[in-house]
Amino acid sequence: MIFAQERQQQQRFPRPEFESGYQTPTHQLLNQRGPMWEYADVAVLIAALSLTSWFAIKKRSRKGILWMSVFSLAYFGFYRQGCICSVGSVQNISLALFNNNYSVPLSAILFFIIPLIFALLYGRVFCAGVCPLGAIQELTGFRPVRIHKSVEAVLASIPFIYLGLSVLFAATQSQFIICRYDPFVGIFRLNAPFTMIIFGVLLLVAGIFVNRPYCRYLCPYGALQNIFSRFSGKHLTITPAECTNCRLCEECCPYDAILPSDDLKKTEPKEITRKRFILYLVLIPIMTIAGAILLYNLSPALSAVNSNVRLAREIRLEKEKGVPALSKSAAAFKESGKTEEQLFSEESVILGRFRKGTPWVGMFLGLSLGAGLFSMTIRKTRTEYKPDQGKCFSCGKCFEYCPIESKISK
Amino acid sequence: MDYAQENRIVLNIYLLRMETGKNKYQSRRDFVRTAGKILVASPLLVLPVLLVKKTNVKGYVWQIDPYKCTQCGQCKTNCVLTPSASKCTHAFQMCGYCDLCGGFLRQGAKTISTAAENQLCPTGAIKRRFIEEPYFEYTIDEKLCDGCAKCVKGCGDFGNGSLYMQIRHDICVNCNECSIARTCPSNAVIRVPADKPYIRKT
Repeated sequence: MIFAQERQQQQRFPRPEFESGYQTPTHQLLNQRGPMWEYADVAVLIAALSLTSWFAIKKRSRKGILWMSVFSLAYFGFYRQGCICSVGSVQNISLALFNNNYSVPLSAILFFIIPLIFALLYGRVFCAGVCPLGAIQELTGFRPVRIHKSVEAVLASIPFIYLGLSVLFAATQSQFIICRYDPFVGIFRLNAPFTMIIFGVLLLVAGIFVNRPYCRYLCPYGALQNIFSRFSGKHLTITPAECTNCRLCEECCPYDAILPSDDLKKTEPKEITRKRFILYLVLIPIMTIAGAILLYNLSPALSAVNSNVRLAREIRLEKEKGVPALSKSAAAFKESGKTEEQLFSEESVILGRFRKGTPWVGMFLGLSLGAGLFSMTIRKTRTEYKPDQGKCFSCGKCFEYCPIESKISK
Repeated sequence: MDYAQENRIVLNIYLLRMETGKNKYQSRRDFVRTAGKILVASPLLVLPVLLVKKTNVKGYVWQIDPYKCTQCGQCKTNCVLTPSASKCTHAFQMCGYCDLCGGFLRQGAKTISTAAENQLCPTGAIKRRFIEEPYFEYTIDEKLCDGCAKCVKGCGDFGNGSLYMQIRHDICVNCNECSIARTCPSNAVIRVPADKPYIRKT
């Protein structure tokens, strides 16, 4: 009805009646390649994951994994131009889970679930050779520099915060921040705003030394992969046979993902260990609750990510304090004929949704921080060098450092 | 008993248990691992069940709703592509074929002609062709159009509103979140079913 009125208003001049036999043409609008092509991408994804798992676990071939990276970078990166990717699909899933007016494309669900299933079976093979974002960094990490353990531990917590916030912002229909701050998609498309290119190139330059910076310190899907990979059925191993504790692989991992064999001489008295164990166990629920409270109180600030909330605040500021609302959205709002009451009620609905979501995000963050700290207190008896299944990207760089490997292959 | 001695005993017990295959620590750890596996695998099983009703096989593309568009000009600058994938479209059946065209001529143009200084379009993407007295046909040269929407505004303000913006799906890379949609002040950029990718003005 509203559309019809607008249309009538705009029809100022009558349609001409041509005498020369002129036929009004129609503006031809072209379509994309067929939507069903996305299922070809899913097939490629499954094939690439299977091949990478085979290279990582059965074949133990670093070269094979490297060629998989090259292929994924070429296909998912430069040919498919980086959309849709598993990293971004997190947001489609959470948007669909918490909103009834959005139905998620099947291909997005498959892109989300399949790499996680593979992580549960074979570790982070997706990161190793299938993810185009990982591949571009894998191929540019020339000079690995090791980072101090404490710095690494702090930086490694960022992906969890990023994951929590991106799920929150997607679920409240505010923004897809993972896609907005995707560093390499501009490079894949060879066309992007300059800020995107600068961010991507800076990460790549940093990645020459601190390998895979996006994967380790930012990637929210990597945080999920990290959790799933810890419980993987099979995982890449450093040595093909029994570890002789030769310590040759100790320094080889650029991601600090090798767990050393236990040095039995260094153990502390049992009393201290036990006390620390109990302290950190008690800290888990405290941190969970603290996280929930903290994030709940941050919800008004966080809701400013939503453009409707920002607009409502701008309009309110104009109304109450006389600060003129000059933004383009304010101009469009005044043109649209929407009332201020409608806008303000929309704002309070969105804020309410943030208030519902933030405690859960806070709980997730508190729980993962607590669990991370707690896991450091567990006494481990390890008689071999093995990969830290959470952090290990299954890149296979450690294979060639193992002397048993070369003995067997000869 | 000093710590070294204690450790030696612990190690011996540990090795002994390894041999017999019955290790208290090992079985406890296995239990934790299995529990964790079930715990993380269950969301993967539940997720498809939850989403089964909200799944769309064909997928979505982004499109501009021409009835919500306010011609702010951000389509030109905010698309991840340069030039933008959003371009001017002409609904010929709505057009008045006017000589004095608000979409073609700059406001305050001295003469009605195709001279560059009279054209509204900064890239000269609108072609004007004489049909019969007094009608002129206007067509968009899409290679030149950069999506600034000046002509759309002009046509809507002074004419029939037959010019409107549409995202071209032969160019659009179909970002997961359209960066024009994120900044569109009137929320005119929406997801539409991929098999009906255009919202035509009629």
